[in-house]
Amino acid sequence: MTAPTLLAADTAARTDRPPGRPRRAAAPARARETALGLLFALPGLAGLGIFVIFPLFQAVYLATRGNDILGNPTRSVGMAHFQELLTPEFGTVLWQTLVFTVLVVVPGVLLPLALAAPMTQRLPGMRVFRTAFALPFAYSVSAASVVWLIMLNPGISPVNWALGLIGVPAPNWTTEPGWAMATVVGVTVWMVSGFNLLVLAAGLAGVDEEVLEAARMDGATGPRQFVSIVLPMISPSLFFAVVTTTLAALQALGQVQIMTDGGPNGHTRTLVYSIFDNAFHNNNSNFGLASAQGLVLLVIGVLIAVVQFGVLERRVHYR
Amino acid sequence: MNRPGPVPTVLTYLWLGIAAVVLLFPVLLTVLGGFLPSNALLHQPPQLFDGDWTLENYRAAWRQPVVPLAPAFVNSLFVGLSVMLGHLITSCLAAYALVFMRSPLRRPIFWLFLATIMVPYESIVVPNALFIRSLGINDSRLSLILPFLATGFGVFMLRQAFAQFPRELREAAVIDGCGHLRFLVTILLPASRPALIGIAVWSFLQGWNMYFWPLIISSSNNSLNTLQTAVFALKDNEGGSPAVLLAGITITLVPTLLLVIFGQRWLVRGFTAGAVK
Repeated sequence: MTAPTLLAADTAARTDRPPGRPRRAAAPARARETALGLLFALPGLAGLGIFVIFPLFQAVYLATRGNDILGNPTRSVGMAHFQELLTPEFGTVLWQTLVFTVLVVVPGVLLPLALAAPMTQRLPGMRVFRTAFALPFAYSVSAASVVWLIMLNPGISPVNWALGLIGVPAPNWTTEPGWAMATVVGVTVWMVSGFNLLVLAAGLAGVDEEVLEAARMDGATGPRQFVSIVLPMISPSLFFAVVTTTLAALQALGQVQIMTDGGPNGHTRTLVYSIFDNAFHNNNSNFGLASAQGLVLLVIGVLIAVVQFGVLERRVHYR
Repeated sequence: MNRPGPVPTVLTYLWLGIAAVVLLFPVLLTVLGGFLPSNALLHQPPQLFDGDWTLENYRAAWRQPVVPLAPAFVNSLFVGLSVMLGHLITSCLAAYALVFMRSPLRRPIFWLFLATIMVPYESIVVPNALFIRSLGINDSRLSLILPFLATGFGVFMLRQAFAQFPRELREAAVIDGCGHLRFLVTILLPASRPALIGIAVWSFLQGWNMYFWPLIISSSNNSLNTLQTAVFALKDNEGGSPAVLLAGITITLVPTLLLVIFGQRWLVRGFTAGAVK
């Protein structure tokens, strides 16, 4: 799901005219071109039709069915699976998904911004810093999760050691109900920081020096200059970082499954983890409920896209 | 962009330095941990510069029979390259039709492609898994890639790139009797190289980093592990030796580390093309 690219929809639409051709092409030629166009689009349409569009309908159907152990849909259960979405348990799952997403997106964008901004100064070593801070992007979700489990392993943990230096007792990061969510959030922030740093650094590099110079002449310097001139100028990059990070957080599975497995006692259970758990974990095989929850995810994803593009993008300044 | 400004240089370096220590410690631990004897690693904090470096953990990680890494490497490459090729072929053809072919279906088809971008994969993973199982091809290499060969995102991005191609050149080619496919392959694609490379990198990483799908579709077949599921399986099996685990993880990270260090330009371009100018 890469909705951010929708941003450019209108730029493409403007050039969406047929290339210059004779005004009145003969009817058979036109029919031939229509057929050929369809043929060209067919592989893509088939792939997406079979594995994205058709499964949407299949998910609705599955959500109304029970299933046998092999996953074959059986009798109709009516709205039973949807009713399960109205329980307090699922409310908790949705709440935790929201908390997780917000707690990842805000620092996940602000931290790289706070790193990228001072790196725009012409000082030696800034390129090295940029590459170094981008390194977490090389980690797949499973590599990051396992490395952080080792980072937080009480027998090794440099984190616990550092806390010990300042006299703070370290919690059981992944097994204490009050800490597990914070731990998974922290690891996810670390994971997204690398990519967001590259995006924001690229945006900052494109800020026009002359505009800044003019602002300086007018007396806008330092923080003032950053907030009222630089931020608006990099708003496309900021917007892109916010959107991709939101979607990444919403769709997160690996860090939860590997680090806490939804625990302790469901405290890190998010929507996607719940889909995974109901359908595939421990042979639970509750495909109907998982499908119903998948539809909830679909609705949330589309809502977020609408809100972000309807509300936020209006504030984005494109040159 | 600006000269050392109002923020003193010392503060800049101090802030970046502290952030680097905190944020990069996991990276340092990953890369160095695998070279450490376990008594140096199993120490709080780990003695990363102990001096008695060893290759033993790497050997152990590569040779351990429980979660073989070599086949996982091959599988991950297979998935990354297949998804990349699938994306490139399907989106080049579709984007070409959307830009250069006159058809009343053009708009509906474009919106259909666009709509698929908004579908989170996790919301349709259940029907897809059941479908693959019903075909009887789960636990096969094909099942790892089959649902991921087409992309609305790629179509969208290439449509942007193709639309910038000068129309007069296209007309001149047509007058010279150049057919659609030949024009696409010999003229348009070379001219759109930056966009193609961007999509290629993005698509490869989509496949390479996939976790949820390989986890559920090939769970009963150890030889179908990708590197990402292998790391998880390795954790369960090598949990006793973090050094071996870190060595194994470092092996799996080599390609993407190289990409981040040497291919940043393409990463940014691939992931942000169309969205950020």
